[in-house]
Amino acid sequence: MSETASRTNPKGDEAIDRHLEREYEAGWVTDIESDTLPPGLDEDVVRFISAKKNEPEWMTEWRLEAYRHWLTMDHPNWAHVHYPKIDFNAISYFSAPRSQADGPKSLDEVDPELLRTYEKLGIPLHEQQMLAGVAVDAVFDSVSVATTFKSKLAEAGVIFCSISEALQEHPELVRQYIGSVVPYRDNYFAALNSAVFSDGSFVYIPKGVRCPMELSTYFRINAQNTGQFERTIIIAEEGSHVSYLEGCTAPQRDENQLHAAVVELVAHKDAKIKYSTVQNWYPGDSEGKGGIYNFVTKRGLCAGERAHISWTQVETGSAITWKYPSVILRGDDSVGEFYSVALARGRQQADTGTKMIHLGKNTRSTIISKGISAVRAENSYRGLVRIAPTADGARNFTQCDSLLIGDQCGAHTFPYIESRNPNATVEHEATTSKVSDDQLFLCRQRGLDPEKAVSMIVNGFCKEVFRELPMEFAVEAGKLLEISLEGAVG
Amino acid sequence: MLKIRNLQVAVEGEPILKGLDLDVAAGEVHAIMGPNGSGKSTLAAVLAGRDGYEITGGSIEFLGENIAELEPEERAWRGVFLAFQYPVEIPGVTNLEFLRASVDAHRAYRGEEATSAVDFMKLARATSKQLRFDTDFLKRGVNEGFSGGEKKRNELLQMLLLQPKLALLDETDSGLDIDALQIVAEGVNTLRSKDRAIVMITHYQRLLDHIVPDKVHVLSGGRIVRSGGKELALELEEKGYGWLEEAAA
Repeated sequence: MSETASRTNPKGDEAIDRHLEREYEAGWVTDIESDTLPPGLDEDVVRFISAKKNEPEWMTEWRLEAYRHWLTMDHPNWAHVHYPKIDFNAISYFSAPRSQADGPKSLDEVDPELLRTYEKLGIPLHEQQMLAGVAVDAVFDSVSVATTFKSKLAEAGVIFCSISEALQEHPELVRQYIGSVVPYRDNYFAALNSAVFSDGSFVYIPKGVRCPMELSTYFRINAQNTGQFERTIIIAEEGSHVSYLEGCTAPQRDENQLHAAVVELVAHKDAKIKYSTVQNWYPGDSEGKGGIYNFVTKRGLCAGERAHISWTQVETGSAITWKYPSVILRGDDSVGEFYSVALARGRQQADTGTKMIHLGKNTRSTIISKGISAVRAENSYRGLVRIAPTADGARNFTQCDSLLIGDQCGAHTFPYIESRNPNATVEHEATTSKVSDDQLFLCRQRGLDPEKAVSMIVNGFCKEVFRELPMEFAVEAGKLLEISLEGAVG
Repeated sequence: MLKIRNLQVAVEGEPILKGLDLDVAAGEVHAIMGPNGSGKSTLAAVLAGRDGYEITGGSIEFLGENIAELEPEERAWRGVFLAFQYPVEIPGVTNLEFLRASVDAHRAYRGEEATSAVDFMKLARATSKQLRFDTDFLKRGVNEGFSGGEKKRNELLQMLLLQPKLALLDETDSGLDIDALQIVAEGVNTLRSKDRAIVMITHYQRLLDHIVPDKVHVLSGGRIVRSGGKELALELEEKGYGWLEEAAA
């Protein structure tokens, strides 16, 4: 944390001061080292978290309601993933950001495979340390960059801050929207998140504003400290536009094995939200040990006419991924999109897909899902397209393609279609293919080594999705796949 | 340039080539003809290093080096090119990317720098034009949705860009109409040079009208049973393969 860092950048001083001040205001108490709760979860823990963050009473009450509801729920077991039972009382629900005592002391203690990957991605040393969880000084550069960034956004009237900060400065907005798209009753992990969420992003784009830049978690102060129960809310008022980038291509290590995030998007009339994710959590070592369990609930609401929500994701990390970014198409003529590449290798398990809920007239949705399984991985697409009786003229197009590399991996497709309106059109296409010996031989005959050949074939397979990513992300994503597939061909 | 001695090859334990000898010198064009199942395509696949073909005896020497144990890409870098009988599709990978990656892989082997995007684009455009491809062809996925003729012309495009030392054409003429055949033949003829060899595998005399070979061989039962000049092809056209098979038996 910056509190313990020495000041080496005189230009950044002012920015840091403001940053420190705001942190204090936001309720991050300076004496962080003593703030780690012992493992276990009960109402007192929920109250403690809320109090630590100096939250308004309604927030505390909401968290408690969520917690009480969670107690009545059962751990879901319908997904095509297998893992040992999670002991929720063995987890600490409030810990100091990046406790220096638990992390590796230096890069020597980090999985060498991980370091090799960092090197290939060309990540500078201090960033490598940060990503690997090695204790480092605060990165002053990113603080000052973030500060300039913020003033530019403020000029446009855009709010982009942490949820904790938003609860202090814009409580009425948070209160209006939190749980409005993903109620705590929604599912087991959403209920858990609602009770104990640590932090996350809050974005508000006022009416008619086109957000002047791509919003990226990378630039958000405290981005590293959001912890395992992240909560994000993005609101786009009438006629506004925003593009939000989450994650980074470098594999991130985290002491918290369980991650259960909730993301809520609200697009009002004529608004557009584009949400892109590149997720590369540590998948564990070759035996799958130490990998992250990632249980995410992401949902967008097209609240007004012609609203547009687009999810694009490239998932290559985590031991287990359970994730279904969805769109509720309530406004007439609203549009929902889901573009996904999910790569699972080694012993990774991914169960991911989307839900498109058509309520309004002439609503349209597109689903393009590309699943890649290599070595011994299991990759499942699970999608629901529901057309309500009110959704006259609704249209959906779904395309799910699976690519297998090797013969011990699996690809599964679970499409659910519920159409209750005879005037709706639902199309579903699915293919499963293997990187064929013929393709490999053609590439090799033309001088490409097998790894280059496979990465080229896989990148081609993903092209429709990469096209949807912001340019620099697309390039990184391609490179990421290439690295992820190393060693996947015999 | 290419010296094959007593080559024996089995596929899934089944012997296909049973002692094949072949010498191809630089500057020569050879045609290999023969009935179905005689081992023509096996020969092409073995020379290019395809998996699943077990060399049980004999040797393959290319430019003085035994290449039988080399990986397919290692042979490609040394100048062996195979134009496929059935070119496969690689969806989503554009022709331009594929061609450039391929050319750059060869350059890297020779210790040369990668091509610049602009230079390569120019070269690829000019070469495509030579094969009568329209301009958006380079942006299309490799063989994706191509007609049979387009696929074969695309093989030629790759060959012209890579400028191999030994070009193996596996039934490049099959499935081509007369116009496409002429385009392909023109392309192959531009490659004829004193330091390059071309080996064509074909069923039909008609290709040989357009690309006139120096030598013609008949492959039957896993061996070369007859070699001759271009007139041998005409004789085959007239008499078929039966008389040679009988003579060999």
